[in-house]
Amino acid sequence: MGVIIAKSVNEACAVLAENPAATVLAGGTDLMVQVNRGTHSLETVLDLSRIPELKKWTMEDNQIILGAGISYTDLTHPQLSAFFPALAQAARTVGSPQIRNAGTLGGNLATASPAGDTIPVLVAMDASMQLKSSTETREVSITEFITGVKANALKPGEIIESIKVPIFKGPQEFLKVGTRNAMVISVVSLALVTDYLERKLRIGVGSVSPVPFRATEAEEFISDKFDWETNRNLSEKVINKFSELVANSTEPIDDHRGTANYRKHAVKVLAKRALERVSAGDIK
Amino acid sequence: MISETYSLLVNGNSYQVVDGHPSESLLWVLRERLELSGSKNACEEGECGSCTVLVDGEIVCSCLVLAASAVGREITTIEGLGSEDEISDVQKAFVDAGAVQCGFCTPGLLVAIDQLLNTDPDPDDLTVREAISGNLCRCTGYGRILEAVRIASKNRKAQNQEEQGK
Repeated sequence: MGVIIAKSVNEACAVLAENPAATVLAGGTDLMVQVNRGTHSLETVLDLSRIPELKKWTMEDNQIILGAGISYTDLTHPQLSAFFPALAQAARTVGSPQIRNAGTLGGNLATASPAGDTIPVLVAMDASMQLKSSTETREVSITEFITGVKANALKPGEIIESIKVPIFKGPQEFLKVGTRNAMVISVVSLALVTDYLERKLRIGVGSVSPVPFRATEAEEFISDKFDWETNRNLSEKVINKFSELVANSTEPIDDHRGTANYRKHAVKVLAKRALERVSAGDIK
Repeated sequence: MISETYSLLVNGNSYQVVDGHPSESLLWVLRERLELSGSKNACEEGECGSCTVLVDGEIVCSCLVLAASAVGREITTIEGLGSEDEISDVQKAFVDAGAVQCGFCTPGLLVAIDQLLNTDPDPDDLTVREAISGNLCRCTGYGRILEAVRIASKNRKAQNQEEQGK
């Protein structure tokens, strides 16, 4: 069959229904690495990169619906970064300009790497995803979608159509540890999202467990201690306790990018730093 | 073995790719089938930027673009900068600054920098460093490359002012 360039979501779903074994191509930044290494030979390819619907975003109630084909570069544009500063920060740390132009949000999620940069932010914000096939449209939460290391809940014939992200009032921060600024896969990443209206601090962590997750115990502790009027009076003791709770919730491994011990230490530093930065700004 | 025949639009010219395999990257097709060997092949995983080309005006790593998926897109390679008789202003700036040593990273850098100056004629140092953060050079240490960008930017500004003055 070769390469099929779909022009609409419906067309893509129809093609996939007919060819369930087709390889789905979005930005290509993960897939082509495997293809070039010879570990993944392509026969039938469904290219989603030219579907206008997947590149759009819309606002609905207090949520933004992001097309799965939105690139990392798109996420850093002021229109979107105003709603999700932490998501823009995360997108900004991905690869290089070349990679950010090609790589997509949907691709980051489908790849479902423990180190996927946008994932801790989306987890912290309780994002959900719309999955579509020729016969069904369903919505799953991001934590239901990512089922393990590089494993996702897509059924045969399904593609990611969009990602629904609630808008939160208050400052946000994304931090990532790597060996340098550009072209780096995160060793540890952390997102802190303030929800001023619900008086809640939300924390997502990445690269320290098989799947990125929310550090709920740390969230509850700090949301209770946080001074929601002046956001100034956090004691050293509270900050340390918070960062320890975050670190205790992780299950890192040793690999060529860092040891488990280093990751435990680094996530503590990131938690502390993110909290200090969020506290330094205007909370409302 | 699946084979495909399709055409690609490269530097304003239409090229036929005959009996291509669906797994071929744009970089491979450019170099091996179309004999446009200016884009370099080093890492094949999007880390080094030596295969940088423009696809519809944006810089991408051509090793990460599936060739047959680029049908109908406007592709610009290093061969599309300057002409047979005259090198481009950014190429000239590289020569003037001595920004070329082994030359392997140069084509990718030239494409990235030309695109940067087309969108931001007067970039500050941080913007330049960000713009070339995906292009690795292992010889010169970037000092002369940054100098080349300053020279090209200055020359473009002077030329623009001259043209406006006319």
